Amino acid sequence: PPPQLEAEMEEYGAGDLLSEAMCAGARVVVVEDCVEAPAAFVLHLLLKRALAAGGGGGGGAALLALAQPFSHYDRVLRKMGCNLSMHRKSERLHFFDLQGFPGGTQGGAIADSLAQLYSAVQRVVETCRAGENAGRFTVMIDDVSLLEVAANGSADDVLDFLHYCVTLTSEMNCSLVVLIHEDIYSSEDGVGLLAHLRYIADLVIKAAPLSTGLATDVHGQLSVVNKGMLIEQRPAKGQKVWSFHFKVKENGADFFYPGSRH
Amino acid sequence: MVMEDSDAPHHLLLLRAFMAQGVVHKQPLLFAAPMKEPRSFLGALPAPVASSKEDARQRAMGGGAAGDGRASDEGLRIAWQYRKYFGDERNSNAEHRDNKQEFSHDFDLRKPLERHLLNAQHIECLSTQDVDTLHDLQNRSSAFLSKHQRKEGGNLSAGRIAIQSLCAPQCGYFGKDWDMVSFLRSLKAMVRSSNAVAIITFPYTVLSDSFCKRWQHLADTLLSIKAIPDEDKDLAKLLTGYQDMVGFLHVHKVAQTNSQVPVILEASTFSLKLRKRRSLVLERLNQAPVDGSSGPSSGGSGSCSSSTQGSQLDF
Repeated sequence: PPPQLEAEMEEYGAGDLLSEAMCAGARVVVVEDCVEAPAAFVLHLLLKRALAAGGGGGGGAALLALAQPFSHYDRVLRKMGCNLSMHRKSERLHFFDLQGFPGGTQGGAIADSLAQLYSAVQRVVETCRAGENAGRFTVMIDDVSLLEVAANGSADDVLDFLHYCVTLTSEMNCSLVVLIHEDIYSSEDGVGLLAHLRYIADLVIKAAPLSTGLATDVHGQLSVVNKGMLIEQRPAKGQKVWSFHFKVKENGADFFYPGSRH
Repeated sequence: MVMEDSDAPHHLLLLRAFMAQGVVHKQPLLFAAPMKEPRSFLGALPAPVASSKEDARQRAMGGGAAGDGRASDEGLRIAWQYRKYFGDERNSNAEHRDNKQEFSHDFDLRKPLERHLLNAQHIECLSTQDVDTLHDLQNRSSAFLSKHQRKEGGNLSAGRIAIQSLCAPQCGYFGKDWDMVSFLRSLKAMVRSSNAVAIITFPYTVLSDSFCKRWQHLADTLLSIKAIPDEDKDLAKLLTGYQDMVGFLHVHKVAQTNSQVPVILEASTFSLKLRKRRSLVLERLNQAPVDGSSGPSSGGSGSCSSSTQGSQLDF
């Protein structure tokens, strides 16, 4: 494609391996990573796409941020050509600063704080859907492992909260994207948070290191598994499992098959 | 955050240098450790190596190797190289001649810091031994950091928090896994919005694998230390300067503040050397190239668990 079209395609996410791999209509997206291969960059990419003005309807997003302050996301996304400050002002982006969540006295039940948080998110989603903004809404959580710390280890409370968020996806035409650190749970017995999330996910994107570790031209490998149903309950079309390499840049990320880089 | 080797106290070398530098520059310091009297540890902080005028002038001109061709054998120093942020050197020298503007110090581990420097008001110490919660440390950290909020226009006063062996068994709150990780999360957020840096060492082997991973994820920059034995003939053959080496320092990750791009270092493993028992030097360790293949990852390539079968360099 001509350079200008290619640039546009890149900006709106069409034409790269990750977009190809992600089935349209995935409602629950689980992004997994580990210390050696962090995947916050995937969230940044998906957030940018969620806010992109493609298709005239415009998107909206709610970012539940436990990992970083707003300034961090603002600067990162700015380098990717997305102005979070502007989106926040125009209320297309709803930023929940949860670095101190739940805050308040230790005595208060975490279940109550999570219920309040859910109500706030639900209100935001309802407001967006009711307005002229008929585009897709995305609720993003960075990250679920920290939410578990905020809940003082009560995985049940976190799961309840996540299940409520999932109901939003079917009732309100919005999608849920969550990041979880897979290596925290790999040594655990039994069915924990990670197993539950994998079960309810339509799409699982997992970042892992290469056996050779970090290199300047390849930062790791991404595997994308399409497991879910689309709307109308039909199984997702197309290839189920994708696997490719990635390199993270300031303005986005490159995805490519091993050995295919010029 | 620094993963300790429980067989050796080398993490203390890093803490001593970090704390000494803060004291020398009159930067506020909060030190917490599982000791009855953490203040006594201040007596172990090393004094800067007395430098001649010639050395000072040479440093101000940007480093040893360039001008006169004399090769610097210092290797890497543990220092924050603020020098490059002061535009015109002549101005900065004139203004700060009295303030000893040099930020990069060599420390003499055999010489303790002058007593009067240690009695300053901005140095706080706190014991984590025999306290059964982290509330006090959290409150003290919060109070310390609130005094050093970032101001517009910048300020040169940076605060330092040094916490030794945060999860050590001697700590009264030992075993309260969720409390500890909760404290870390809270400290990270507070430090982020302040003009301070925190270095936390921890004996990771007392944590479960799961919580060890949680701690690793919370770190902005993650280092680990491994001691090496005194008399290992194989290592002596592999490494030059083995006699001076006390251990290895591995860099697992580097802070990516305001960026999503991982920091790729030319070398991520350094040897910890004690030159003449008095100066600590980090030197890049050159290993034989790893056989690279683009096959699927076996995972755990950055694993911190000690392997009984791996080589000494594998950690």
